Amino acid sequence: MLDTQPEGYTTADGRKIGGVVMEMKNITLRFGGVVAIKDISFDVREGEIRAIIGPNGAGKSSMLNVISGFYHPQEGEVWYKGARRPRMRPYQVARQGIARTFQNIALFEGMSVLDNIMTGRLNHMKSGFFSQALWWGPAAKEEAENREKVEKVIDFLEIQHIRKTPVRRLPYGLKKRVELARALAAEPSILLLDEPMAGMNVEEKEDMSRFVLDVNDEFGTTIVLIEHDMGVVMDLSDRVVVMDYGKKIGDGTPDEVRSNEEVIKAYLGVSHD
Amino acid sequence: MPDTLLFALEAAANGLTAGVMYALVALGFVLIFKASGIFNFSQGVMALFAALTLVGLQTGQIPFSHLINAMFGTRLHHFGWTLPTLVAIAGTVVVMVAFAWLVERLIFRHLVNQEPIILFMATIGLAYFLEGLGDIMWGAEVKRLDVGIPQGMSPVVDDVTYAWFGYGFYMDTLELWAALIAGVLVLSLILFSQYTKQGRALRAVADDHQAALSVGISLRFIWVLVWSLAGIVALVAGMMWGAKSGVQFSLSLIALKALPVLILGGFTSIPGAIVGGLIIGVGERLFDFFMGPIIGGATENWFAYMLALVFLLFRPQGLFGEKIIERV
Amino acid sequence: MIYREAGDFKTTYAADNQTFPIKGDRYAYYLVLALALGVMPLIITDYWTNAIIIPFLIYTIAALGLNILIGYCGQLSLGTGGFMAVGAYASFKLMTAFPELSIVFVVLLAGLCTAAVGVAFGLPSLRIKGFYLAVATLAAQFFLIWLFTRTPWFFNYSPTGMISAPTRTVFGYAVTGPRASAVSMYLFCLAFLIGLAWLARNLTRGTLGRKWMAIRDMDIAAEIIGVNPLIAKLSAFAVSSFYVGIAGALLFVVYLGSVEAGEAFGITVSFLVLFMVIIGGLGSILGSFLGAFFLVVGPVLLKILLVDNLRWSSDLAAHLEIMIIGLLIIVFLVLEPHGLTALWRTIKEKLRLWPFPH
Repeated sequence: MLDTQPEGYTTADGRKIGGVVMEMKNITLRFGGVVAIKDISFDVREGEIRAIIGPNGAGKSSMLNVISGFYHPQEGEVWYKGARRPRMRPYQVARQGIARTFQNIALFEGMSVLDNIMTGRLNHMKSGFFSQALWWGPAAKEEAENREKVEKVIDFLEIQHIRKTPVRRLPYGLKKRVELARALAAEPSILLLDEPMAGMNVEEKEDMSRFVLDVNDEFGTTIVLIEHDMGVVMDLSDRVVVMDYGKKIGDGTPDEVRSNEEVIKAYLGVSHD
Repeated sequence: MPDTLLFALEAAANGLTAGVMYALVALGFVLIFKASGIFNFSQGVMALFAALTLVGLQTGQIPFSHLINAMFGTRLHHFGWTLPTLVAIAGTVVVMVAFAWLVERLIFRHLVNQEPIILFMATIGLAYFLEGLGDIMWGAEVKRLDVGIPQGMSPVVDDVTYAWFGYGFYMDTLELWAALIAGVLVLSLILFSQYTKQGRALRAVADDHQAALSVGISLRFIWVLVWSLAGIVALVAGMMWGAKSGVQFSLSLIALKALPVLILGGFTSIPGAIVGGLIIGVGERLFDFFMGPIIGGATENWFAYMLALVFLLFRPQGLFGEKIIERV
Repeated sequence: MIYREAGDFKTTYAADNQTFPIKGDRYAYYLVLALALGVMPLIITDYWTNAIIIPFLIYTIAALGLNILIGYCGQLSLGTGGFMAVGAYASFKLMTAFPELSIVFVVLLAGLCTAAVGVAFGLPSLRIKGFYLAVATLAAQFFLIWLFTRTPWFFNYSPTGMISAPTRTVFGYAVTGPRASAVSMYLFCLAFLIGLAWLARNLTRGTLGRKWMAIRDMDIAAEIIGVNPLIAKLSAFAVSSFYVGIAGALLFVVYLGSVEAGEAFGITVSFLVLFMVIIGGLGSILGSFLGAFFLVVGPVLLKILLVDNLRWSSDLAAHLEIMIIGLLIIVFLVLEPHGLTALWRTIKEKLRLWPFPH
């Protein structure tokens, strides 16, 4: 098992995976009487692509929301970069370097693509209120510097042509890409992707897979992604957590998971006892 | 019983009738909000407009006579006849239904899928338009409205309370009637929504727009229906208030108070609207009774809003609303 | 052929970021500024100053403030009148308590007082949204007006319950009180407007503006990407109320001279400013100017036409006016939710392509 390699490992294609950067310990999340997540633990290593899969309603999105601080679990702990994370508001989590995308795209519809991606830089921009109000040196300079970084992301995701288009005019596939751009602009340590391929056609899925791999490869960003398309996940990820009805039923490399009895049952729809 | 307490009780009882007014206007809000998600700011002005129309029809005024006179130098005023109250009421109902149809046709059909805040602002525009229209159609002077409900001190209340407490409460007969009519109105609305086909469609739409559409309910019909119902509720409210203090602009300000009522009662609850209305009606009288002399009177201008504000901080979903779980 | 984007290349991000990226716009802006500062003072008459120009300048400031709150940050407020009253009464108290204090600082401090009050009434926005917030701001409107009419300290125990602005000067010219000339009042208000519009433009194009717009468009997502909703919303309330407070102070000290809270700052004022923002265009600086201009000039023109020329009763004209305003609000929301600004933009798009639209 991987836990026996605290210093990390090297993948088959030669990428270097580091130590544990985030660990979920015995997370339980309830809404009233409904248990969305039941006693789940897993870890995420630096530089890896970690997938959480499972059928609809398995609690995957809830798990992502726990990681990004939107839901607060009743039990369990989140460990991040070697320390236990206290109860945090989502914006505080974001400031720790965790960025994400959303299943039902959550872009700012009234703003241009450029402005949307610039919001990803918010936590890197420090100029004060008065400096901004007067548009003095620091604010203007900071704006230009961050714009440069954003332009790099725009180039990377090949969306130069829609830079100044209002987001609401974009088709679905491009919106997904802009959302990824916004998350990337934050230069996160961990990138959470909530169903990045949902609702896409084959071609768009291929594009998106390529971007995910490139991001991981070029920036060394740790990626946690949710998918229910098994095929895509197995190709992309280094390790996979499988959830069903709020419980963890499998955890390991794609190959290990593929041969796991319970996972097969859940996916082939064998009735639960 | 000590006198202060008796006076306070009397104030509370009088507040109850103001509360009925608030509840009636709030009821109109709830109807429209449940069925369409539109927060209809113009509900109060609809009451004013309905009352103006009622008086106008009753006394045989010529609509737009001021405008026509100004444009053509004529001296039109009245047709020279008066209508029986019931006929005038029926005529007003027709006008309010026509209004509902026009509102759906000309405004909200074009604003489908807009953000709620845009719809809200559209109803503020509608309120202004309707207020101007009412004044131009029927003239802006304060009008007396007589629909045949007895007015003056209620001897029954006086006698009963005298027998109980040794002090006769002053209460206007009209206000007792208002409470009674409001009760009948609410009851018939409930019966309508529970036992008729249209009522069932209404509840279906309130529950889930898309599902209702998919089983073949016409959303447009429902919208016209709720706006008509809200128009009728507005007519009743306008009649009550108009009979009490004359038909005048202040009516639409009274209606603003329905907003805090809704906060207390929740935006989608009919019982909530009624309980909320009564709480605010009684609360503001009692508050003014006890605190008015100390901090300077006329506190009913803001008490309702402040109460709502404080309430919002602790229970944003209202008394009867459901707790909202946010999702991403 | 003059108004062209093509060939106007940007070589730095700063140039791409500027307020008027297109040359034609930039020159038009300089021209308007030159006219407002250089030519207008020479030609304005007392009538036009009082009927249109000063109210236009002051209401533009208020509309800018409300536009920051509603158009940029998405927080609906119906308490503008109440907040303007705070500015007016704060300036009155400051003027009477510190007669030596320059009127410029009086107005600015009045703005700051209003900002503080605005933040207090903005606190509920952290828990409530939309119409709920509208009701909370109505509480501000009614409570503040009640406070100012019922608490004698605020109007220095004057028997009429009104407050009156004493004469104050800037560089030796009276800008308030009966001796103030049209030109000095005009320049005094214009200076505030230019400064505030410039600040608003800077705030809305930078980080803070993006935080506001993020909250407006999707508050939950905004929080998850790292916007602190507390700071974003309260800063919008503070900045917005600062503007509205200054507008209230100017309306009182320069324009009206003496004021009774309920009359000058009632709920109708709240709606008037809201309408300016809607008609002008939500989330647009230019829109605040257009909306204020439209709603200040429109009624004056209507009155001139109906009352002065056609001899209609002023009552009838007033009713027609509110009817038309209401109708316009609806028409704009139905046909052009982004207001006059969007119309203006469409015209410019057309111009940019003219004379070869294909």
